[in-house]
Formats: sequence, C-alpha cells, structure tokens
Amino acid sequence: MAEQDNTKAVYEVACSPHVREEINTAGIMLDVLIALSPLVLAAFLVFGVAALRQVVYAVLSAWAAESLFNWMRGKPFSLKDGSAAITGVILALSLPATAPWYVAVLGSFVGIGIGKAIFGGLGYNLFNPAMVGRAFVMIAFPSLLGASAYVLPNSTVDALTSATPLTLLKMEGVITGFKALFLGTTNGSLGETSALACLIGGIYLCLRRTAAWQIPVAMLGTMALISALFISFNLLSVLRELAAGAALFGAFFIATDPVSSPVTPKGRWVFGVFVGLFVMVLRKLSGYPEGVMFAVLLANAVTPLINRWTIPIPVGGPVPVRK
Amino acid sequence: MNATLNFPAKGTFARGVHPADGKALAADRAIEVLPTVAQIVIALQQHTGAPCQAVVTPKQQIRLGEKIGDAEAFISAPVHASVNGVVGRQSVVTLPNARHVKMIPIASEGEQLEGRALYEEILGGEWPLTKLDEWTPEAIAKRVRDAGIVGLGGAAFPTSVKLVRNEKKPVDVLLLNGCECEPYLTADYRIMIEAAPGIIAGAQITAKACGAKDLVVAIEDNKPEAIAAMKKAAAGTPVRIISVETKYPMGGEKQTVLAVTGRTIPTGGLPLDVGVVVINVGTALAVARAILRDGNLTHRVVTVTGAGVRTPKNLLVPVGASYRALIECCGGLLPNAARIISGGPMMGFTLGSLDVPVTKGTSGILVLNDQDVRTSEETQCIRCGRCVDVCPLNLIPTRLALAARKKEWDVVKRYHLMACMECGCCAYACPAGIPLVQLIRMGKVQMPRE
Repeated sequence: MAEQDNTKAVYEVACSPHVREEINTAGIMLDVLIALSPLVLAAFLVFGVAALRQVVYAVLSAWAAESLFNWMRGKPFSLKDGSAAITGVILALSLPATAPWYVAVLGSFVGIGIGKAIFGGLGYNLFNPAMVGRAFVMIAFPSLLGASAYVLPNSTVDALTSATPLTLLKMEGVITGFKALFLGTTNGSLGETSALACLIGGIYLCLRRTAAWQIPVAMLGTMALISALFISFNLLSVLRELAAGAALFGAFFIATDPVSSPVTPKGRWVFGVFVGLFVMVLRKLSGYPEGVMFAVLLANAVTPLINRWTIPIPVGGPVPVRK
Repeated sequence: MNATLNFPAKGTFARGVHPADGKALAADRAIEVLPTVAQIVIALQQHTGAPCQAVVTPKQQIRLGEKIGDAEAFISAPVHASVNGVVGRQSVVTLPNARHVKMIPIASEGEQLEGRALYEEILGGEWPLTKLDEWTPEAIAKRVRDAGIVGLGGAAFPTSVKLVRNEKKPVDVLLLNGCECEPYLTADYRIMIEAAPGIIAGAQITAKACGAKDLVVAIEDNKPEAIAAMKKAAAGTPVRIISVETKYPMGGEKQTVLAVTGRTIPTGGLPLDVGVVVINVGTALAVARAILRDGNLTHRVVTVTGAGVRTPKNLLVPVGASYRALIECCGGLLPNAARIISGGPMMGFTLGSLDVPVTKGTSGILVLNDQDVRTSEETQCIRCGRCVDVCPLNLIPTRLALAARKKEWDVVKRYHLMACMECGCCAYACPAGIPLVQLIRMGKVQMPRE
C-alpha cells in the first residue's frame, strides 16, 4: 500500500468534547470591567476628578498586592486574568470621594491579601475580596468612612455638600427625590449614586450571562417586598428604597461575584433573598444607614451551605441505589 | 388506532448548547459507494453486550452476509462478512474506543456486489410491506437479531433486545431518532433524503414487533430537506414526522423522548420504562432490509468530514473497512490535520492511528485541523456556573469534576455522579478550560463500588 504523504505517525489523543466555545476567564472579567465603565463615568460626572483618582489608586494597589502575594506564595503572576483590576474598581467605587489615598491602598492590600490570597487565590476565596477590604478600612478608619465623612460642606462639588440620601432619611427624615437618585446627583459612595448607570452595567452583565440574573432579581425583589409590606405600600417609596444607597450597585456587581456566591440555580435565589433581607434589616434596625457590604459578607459565609442545601435533582431523578 | 399523544410535547428540552454545526461540509454530498477494499477486519465485539465467538475457520471461502461470529447471550448480536472472500487468522484489533477485541480478517476475492448495485440493495428502490402480515412480532425480533442489527446511532446496543415484548412494560410509542445533533455528521441526514421509503418501512416493521401504536420520527429543524423527504415518504402511512429544536444533545435518547413525548426517562433507566422504543433512522433502514430483502447488517453510511480532510463525503462502506481506506477515498488528510475523531466532535473518540476498522457503530470520521482544536491552559474554576446553565441533566458539573479529581467520593455521590451521560456540554462551555468530562469519567471508573 502506498504511503500517504500527509499521514503523521501519531495523532493527538484527547478526551471529548473536541470543540469549545470561544470564551475564557479573562473574557468574563473584561465583561465585568466593561459593565463597570458606566459607573466610573457617572462617578466622574458627579464627583469630578476625585472619583478617577480613587479608581486609579485602588486598581494600581490591587495589582501591586496581587503581584506581591503571588510572589510570596511562589505563584505565577496573574494580572492578565483581570480579577485584581475588578477588585480594585469595585473597592474604589464603594468608597467616598473624600477618602484619602491610603484608604484605597490599604483596602486593596487587605482585600487581595486577606480576602483572596490566603484562601488560595482566585476561585478559592470565601468572601468577596473588595468587600473584605472595604470592611477593613471601614472599621480601621471610622472617621474617614462614617456617614459624616461623606460630607464636605464647602466643596465645589454639589453632591458633596449634603449628606447621603440614606443618612438624610435615617437621621433627619429627609426624603431624596427619585430623579436625583435615578441619575445619581446625590452624595454617596462613588459607584452607587447613579441608579441609571448601575442598571445599564448590570443588565449588560446579566444579558452576557456573566452575572447570574437570579441574584439581583431575588435581592431587589426581597428589598422591594419588605419595603412595600413594612414601610410604605407605595411604588415611589419602594423605588426610592432600591435606588438609594448601594442596593443596585451591590445587587449587580458585588453580590454576583461568582466565586463567593452559590453555583446552583436555586441557591442563587436563596442567596439573593438572604442578601436583600439583611440589607433591609441593617438599613432599618442597625445604627448604619446602609448594609449592603455586611449583608454580602454574611451571605458569602453561608454560600457553601446554600450550595449544599440546593443540589438540584437530576432530570430523571436521583441515581438509584444498586441492590 | 388510538393516538393519544399530542406531539411534540414541547419539541425541546431544558439547557443544552448550540455549537457551530459544521454540517455544510458534507451535507450536500450524495452518498457514494466505497470501492471494494482488499481486506476487511470484522471485530467480534462491535456492540454493547457479550462478544461473539467465531464460527468460521481460516482459509474458508465466505460470501457477503454469511455469519462470522455469534453469541448465546441475550444482549449480543452476530457479525457477518461484508465482502466475498477468504477468512484469515483470528487476531486482536484496537477499536476507536480503545477496547482491544478479537477480530477476523477477510481478504476480498472474486466478484463483489459493488457500486450502483450495492447502493440499490441497501438504500434504493421500493420497500413494499405486502408480506408483513406473514411476520409475527417474535419472528421479526428473531430476524433482527440474526441479521446482527445494533443501534447505528453510535451506542451499538443490540436492537432485538428492544423489540422483545415485555408484559410489565408495554410500549406505545416507537420513536425514530433522526436528530443527528452531533456537529459535522450528516450520515443520517443523507439516508433520510436518499432512502426515506426504506426508513418508513423499517419503522412500521419495528412498530409491529414492539407493539407501538404511535410512530414518530424526530428530526431537528435545521434539516428541512430531510423533513420534506421523510414527510413525502410517510404520506399514507401511520408514521408522523416531527421537527424538534436544533440543540445539542437533542439526539440523546433522554432528550429526544422528553422533547417528543414529554416523558422523562428515570435516571439509570431505559426508554422502555416510559413505554417508548427509540431507534436511529439508520437502524430502521437496516431492519427494513433484514425483513424485506433478507439482508444482514453488512454495510453502513459513514460521514468522512472536517477541515482536515481534502474532500468530505458520505460513504456507503462495508463494516470492517479500515479508516485509512475511507480517508483515502476522500482525497486523504490535509497537512494541518490535527485530531482524528471517530464519531462527532462532542462525544467522539480520538484515534492514534488510521488502521482501525469501521464498526457497526461508526457514524462518522471527523478530522479537525489546528484551528478547530483550541487547546487552552486550564485555569481555576471561578464557579461562573456556565456548566450548570448548559447541563441537560441538571447536574453541577464543576462540583462533580473537581471532587472527582480530589477523589472526594461522598461529594460526587451527593452530586449524582452516575447520572452524568458525558454529553460534553459542560466542557464545551467552560471558560476555564477544565476537562470536566474527562474528570467525571475518571471519577466514575475510580469511585469505589459498594
């Protein structure tokens, strides 16, 4: 038989499937950064250059922290997967414009180091790294991150001259108009003020299937329900509850961190309800005006349990026990 | 007739994936007959079930269709000579699924049934059912067994087993699977276009054997020509043609049955458990030939396709022809050929060598090139849940695979490891490039049995 010229001696042997969707982890992370860009833009429009400065500090120090901890753990550099940048941006957007530079730097280092690296890096962290960093700086610098720290009475930036909507509501009973909340011309953490920007970015994430849509739907739905039943059965009041503070930012960008949220479809509903419930409890019953950060961290802690409680039943039922 | 079912139930199933189908490469290539090859290799186990024992001796003259091996076991099927020739010495061959099985070589000799005559015998002509009344259901099942017919969709489960009546599990639906959901493959598509009358006749014969009252052919809606040809052939018969959504793995038995009848096959069970018999359209054609033309299963249609092969074709080939002969008939491999697959890209097996024989279950030979095969470095699972969103069986593939890797057997059991059918949707969709199916398969093999 004639020897076939193009026949190699040995062909690669591999397990099926032999084709893959064109998608990778870095692409997913890029999607999140794209979705965050309207929030950064809104923060810039409301708070000016201070907002961008905060983002730059946080991202640069997140990169530095990721590199440092990888080096310490003898791991290859992993900046190109984009996850450190996301942690940086989300941390920055959860800080007030007024926070000094070292708050963002320290928050990033703690978030990446204690929140992620010590658990084993990307994919192993139990808690949302940005929220770990945020919680640390909030407790370490109460005077720089407490409600009063958001206000600069003599600032040239309009938004900074009054307290945040939730503080106004809690302390003085002042209700902020829905239009201001929707567009974001209020005081607050950088990324949370504009409901519009959060919705644009968040809906993009859900449509791209990068964020699990069940989580924001369950979280916001729970908040709306509690607000309607226990606070005021009034559409505008419910919408204000959702648009104020970090509810939308948290629902679409923080609670949906895939690593620290459940992987089962039912678990995502449970997780969302849990976060929504705790946000409302903290907002209404605790001394803090806002509770998204603590609610997400608490829910992260029960994620492994939620996963275990919500293992789906296979199509056709459980595997029969062989006799 | 008592047709109580409202078909299609939904015409679809939950989750699944939509890979690029690649069928355009070979879809419009009419079936060609492979020129007679010098030697064929008949594996003695080409099916699920007990292997055959040889019933021939070396140097014996043998004719096309004569029996070469048979077994006593209920779940088995005999094998037959696919050429006229001389029997060689029994040896061992490695099949594409990496199993080492005994085989009998046959050297072609003398005049052969070939070319147009072979095509007409297997695919062409009229298939009148005038003498079907003379056949009892038991006789049909026995003839199907003796003809060596097994499922031609790929699993190669002996068809006669499905036709033997079971009083505890009555059958009311015969479902012919013409979905061909694997990308690239077009063999079933071609026979539905070129041999629709034979398939329809085979459906009616099979229905008589198993007692089904509802006869349905399920075809994915991306094959309008096949649907039209089958509808034409089915006119005036009780066979109904149903189009179902084009989605992988629609052709999986559980998915087809669910999409067409709305019935869920229990995990670890068979379609029989929900009153359905499922056979591939090619199998139905083989049944028609066995009953109406007294032919044994000696040939099948194989798609040879992919960007790594010069001229993709659909070939009518004798069982036992080597993959090399088929590829040569298609102009050979291109220099950038990277991976040779028996079957489709989602569930097929890769080959290390071309010197393996076609078996009854060979539906296609796919040659992917360097661009098709995207190998990426495996990264950490970020629990994005894409595998969960596509799993047609509603499992959590990432938990199964990663726990199997760490041999956490209590975890894999809790997450229903054995329910997985290895369709590959999860690994297809995984952005981290984790070999989920491979890990799950390893887990199934390594998990200690109670």
